[in-house]
Amino acid sequence: MAQIKFKVNGKSTSVRVDPDTPLLWVLRDHLQLTGTKYSCGMGICGCCTVHLDGKATRSCITPVSAVAGKAVTTIEGLGKEGLHPLQKAWIDDDVPQCGYCQPGQIMTAAELLAEHPNPTDEEIDTAMDGALCRCGTYQRIRNAIHKAAKEL
Amino acid sequence: MAAFTSVTRRQFIKLTGMGSSALILGFAAPWACAKNGETNLEDAVFEPNAWVKITSDDTITVYMPRSEMGQKVWTALPMILADELEADWSKVKVTQGHLNEAYGNQTTGGSKSVRTNYDALRKAGATAREMLITAAAHTWGVPRTECRAENNQIIHSPTGKKLSYGELVPATTDVPVPENAPLKDPKDFKIIGRSLKSIDTAFKVDGSLDFGWDRQESNMRTVVISRSPVLGGKVASYDASQARQLEGVEKVFEIPTSIAVVARDTWSAIQGRRQLKIDWDLGDNAKLDSKAISAELHKNLDSPKETLRQDGNPDTARRKANQVFQATFELPYLDHAPMEPMNCTAFIHNDVCEVWAPTQNPGAAFRVTQEITGFDDAQIHVYTDRMGGGFGRRLQADFVADAVAVAQQVDAPVKVIRTRDEDIQNGFYRPASVHRVEGALGKDGFPTVWTHRVSGPVPWHGLYTGGAAELAYDIPNQRIDYAAAEIPVPVGAWRSVAHTQTAFVNECWIDELAEEAGMDPVEYRRKLLKHHPRHLGVVDLVAEKAGWGKSLPTGHAQGVAVHFSYYSWAAVVAEVSLDAQSNLKIHRMDCAVDCGTVINPDGVAAQVEGGVTLALTAALYGEISLKNGRVQQSNFHNYRLLTMADSPVIHTHIVKSTEKPTGIGEPPVPPTPPALVNAIARLTGNRIYRLPIPQPLA
Repeated sequence: MAQIKFKVNGKSTSVRVDPDTPLLWVLRDHLQLTGTKYSCGMGICGCCTVHLDGKATRSCITPVSAVAGKAVTTIEGLGKEGLHPLQKAWIDDDVPQCGYCQPGQIMTAAELLAEHPNPTDEEIDTAMDGALCRCGTYQRIRNAIHKAAKEL
Repeated sequence: MAAFTSVTRRQFIKLTGMGSSALILGFAAPWACAKNGETNLEDAVFEPNAWVKITSDDTITVYMPRSEMGQKVWTALPMILADELEADWSKVKVTQGHLNEAYGNQTTGGSKSVRTNYDALRKAGATAREMLITAAAHTWGVPRTECRAENNQIIHSPTGKKLSYGELVPATTDVPVPENAPLKDPKDFKIIGRSLKSIDTAFKVDGSLDFGWDRQESNMRTVVISRSPVLGGKVASYDASQARQLEGVEKVFEIPTSIAVVARDTWSAIQGRRQLKIDWDLGDNAKLDSKAISAELHKNLDSPKETLRQDGNPDTARRKANQVFQATFELPYLDHAPMEPMNCTAFIHNDVCEVWAPTQNPGAAFRVTQEITGFDDAQIHVYTDRMGGGFGRRLQADFVADAVAVAQQVDAPVKVIRTRDEDIQNGFYRPASVHRVEGALGKDGFPTVWTHRVSGPVPWHGLYTGGAAELAYDIPNQRIDYAAAEIPVPVGAWRSVAHTQTAFVNECWIDELAEEAGMDPVEYRRKLLKHHPRHLGVVDLVAEKAGWGKSLPTGHAQGVAVHFSYYSWAAVVAEVSLDAQSNLKIHRMDCAVDCGTVINPDGVAAQVEGGVTLALTAALYGEISLKNGRVQQSNFHNYRLLTMADSPVIHTHIVKSTEKPTGIGEPPVPPTPPALVNAIARLTGNRIYRLPIPQPLA
């Protein structure tokens, strides 16, 4: 067990856990931030994506010890003032079906837009490649990213 | 349609235990068993109808007895009621209707939520509307014929006086429930037929929507289970001493066939499971092997059990034919793999068992809870949690059984979760099947003979024959029969059930016969479907919209397929090419659907996009295989899903119709893989008889 301090959605936090605990379980079980989802546990589906110092990171394979002193942003904290343009575009295009993968999709797309404010289809495909959706919302996601890019 | 139960509003209030500040309507009507195009998932004699509550704050709450898993019934069903009610859509809210006898069968499957609730929801909305008109007329002392409902209010037409529905709630107390409230003329629909946004999307984009995995109960424990690596194996002995030493692990014990690790949090539970030492009694299933299963299914083709359809005399016609074409198709087991793995929360306390289940089948959750606990009906409460996908997997109650069995040994709420490997390796799979087809052509090139024998792995043949005997093509001599093995791999309904197999075989085979006849596959189908106008409708629409027969980019080819399921018609055109390494590129999918009256066109498009994507994933990658009784796939690296980069553009085309609404969640699935394979055949000249499609293509 170790005491680990980091920031979550702008607030300082401290947890006493096994330092090997994946960040995902710390967020969900210890901090009650359940918007970040478990699906594969191997970093291949993207449902657990959060931002670590601004970089899209798979929280299911990131030990919380690696987060010490850093800033984590989850889906709950993505919109700084109200909804992020991606979240608005998601609503506007009615992107989600079941919705389970969508927090991870949005967090992945948010990093893309931070780096490429006006991405091409190819850049979107590349960035979103590891964000799996079983319901089949991909084309709406792509359209919504383009729409949000125009709003930024 | 059934008569309404003759219950006054006062009785309703008494029955539902609600106070006088709410107008609540509930109805129940007999449920008609489905026949064509549907595999019945369970016997049912009663279907739920709508429940609506209007409160004095002018809010309309619709109780939703069906489960939401991404198919958008939380939006479509309330739209039907709201239209008849002349509601302001912005004031409509939806609440999950938990398991309750008043709703009848609450299974969500078979693409039936809209089609089986449409009449009842309209009647419920119309009845509420008429009662509000009566209440307003009483209040004003005017004839009710001078009053009309509009936008959440009743308007007195001569004077323009208005009262909102919320304001009218107290005045409804003594209004009788009308037996036959008039339904609107569909041309006056204001909500039905509009692409309204899903009522719950905002909660899906900010992380606030709770799925089963997100359930938090006070003092709750998290539990993972160690299961036999071989399907159907059980625990011989185990040593949990190391697991018990972990700080977060509280309890380890045996439940039927497996070991449960109860912990304060998820990571501790997973770590505890890793420390278990278990000797498994693997049982006879340790011999199960995909190659042997395939061989058995092939062998059984010579031992038909039952004929499902015979037209004319296929044996005589076959003997007379100059040439008989034959092929054998084979399809693998498939897992559902929703993004949210199975889970369930249960709590037994004070002789009550509470179950929170992300389930398509709360009735099954109830029954399995009762079997395990022996509790009376009144001691069991089943609550339906939101699902991160279902696709048929959540019709089963195995994950509920886990939670209840664990809850019996823990004095706290327990959330029993499955990790991805457990989820994939303990499924209820779409059955594997082998199909032998024969065909012969007349002088005009059209089939004179069609035989199709399905060989499946379980006695419940509906899981692999459904749709085979409903071939719509005009062929004079047909026989459809099946053989059934008893292979102990758990099977279940997978989005569109047997239609995934039978449409693949029917549509690949008719396409091959068209090719043998040297005819265009769309024209060939059109001629053979001339007595089936709604089949023709979707074929014509998809051919037009996809530009069938028009020039395509060099190296591109199209394929087509059409299929009827869940009372709806769907036709798909796939457009494909190969790159220099013979890798398949799917450029575009067009899908035309005729599902009768459309409640929400954008919702239909979403279901088409979802159905086509799931079906392409199956065609390209889907296979569950077994070796030594062990499922070989464990996660998304070896049970792959389509990615965004691989996904084609999907165009949805809806046949305009005023017929009753029919299914849409499943019908786009069956014609998709055969359209893809037929496109590949036209591109390469090679037909594919086994899925998944081998890649790269030779």
